[in-house]
Amino acid sequence: MYKVKVFVTLRESVLDPQGKAVTHSLNSLNYNEVKDVRIGKYMELTLEKSERDIHAVINEICTSLLANPVIEDYRYEVEECVAQ
Amino acid sequence: MKFAVIVFPGSNCDVDMYHAIKDELGEEVEYVWHDTESLEGFDGILLPGGFSYGDYLRTGAIARFSKVMKEVVKAAEAGKPVLGVCNGFQILLEAGLLPGAMRRNESLSFICKPVELKVETNQSIFTSAYEEGQTITIPVAHGEGNYYCDEETLANLKTNNQIVFTYKQNPNGSLEDIAGITNEKGNVLGMMPHPERAVDELLGGADGLKLFQSIVKSWREANVVKA
Repeated sequence: MYKVKVFVTLRESVLDPQGKAVTHSLNSLNYNEVKDVRIGKYMELTLEKSERDIHAVINEICTSLLANPVIEDYRYEVEECVAQ
Repeated sequence: MKFAVIVFPGSNCDVDMYHAIKDELGEEVEYVWHDTESLEGFDGILLPGGFSYGDYLRTGAIARFSKVMKEVVKAAEAGKPVLGVCNGFQILLEAGLLPGAMRRNESLSFICKPVELKVETNQSIFTSAYEEGQTITIPVAHGEGNYYCDEETLANLKTNNQIVFTYKQNPNGSLEDIAGITNEKGNVLGMMPHPERAVDELLGGADGLKLFQSIVKSWREANVVKA
């Protein structure tokens, strides 16, 4: 089995209105060292081993559904684990 | 002319769309459930607003994989008119039938009010009944209508006259005030404002009706043999 952690974030070139609001909020709480906040999504997937290459499968899943390549980037971490 | 109103789990403007076509426009219309495998016999396809599949993950992201969307793509490729309103627009973007993507409104709040739009071109099958440059009032109701595309896409949209409607006063932060765009061929239109909610003076305005009349007019010109 694999545990896969997927992180989806807005591309650098795309404004993040939520992140901007949170930055302002943190600044108003006097955390003036906070210059920018980018909000993204975190997903945990559990995958069974198959004949297909795990990276090929995850990349396919990410580009077709989990992330929208027009505005979002993704990265992931794979951890092998024992089936419960 | 016979229209299909596609109904996804979570669509909520399907009844308004049906009413606009049947009672105000006076054309044939049927509801089509999202797992239908054929759109044969329909001349125009309408994707209504709402929150398809709860808009989980991203607006329209899950709806685009429903069975009927394969048929919507086929209809679009065959040159049939396809109109996506609000969530319908978001689904068309996710499906790649229109370029770009939607972000949360700049204000982060859900906006529900009538807005003024400029008809940027009437050289479209969706706007031929309007005057070019005309101001019309149509309601918006969305939380994610902040249109985005990269510079190259924007340049293409402009060159091909694909920007059909713009906001007079931008409510959501959308790039270049974009409210509605077509595909390159011009037979697929996505727009955030709801023309189906503006088809009767009794409801506060009828500026949306001409959009549907334009579709019928161009279909008649192409398909009805002159006597």
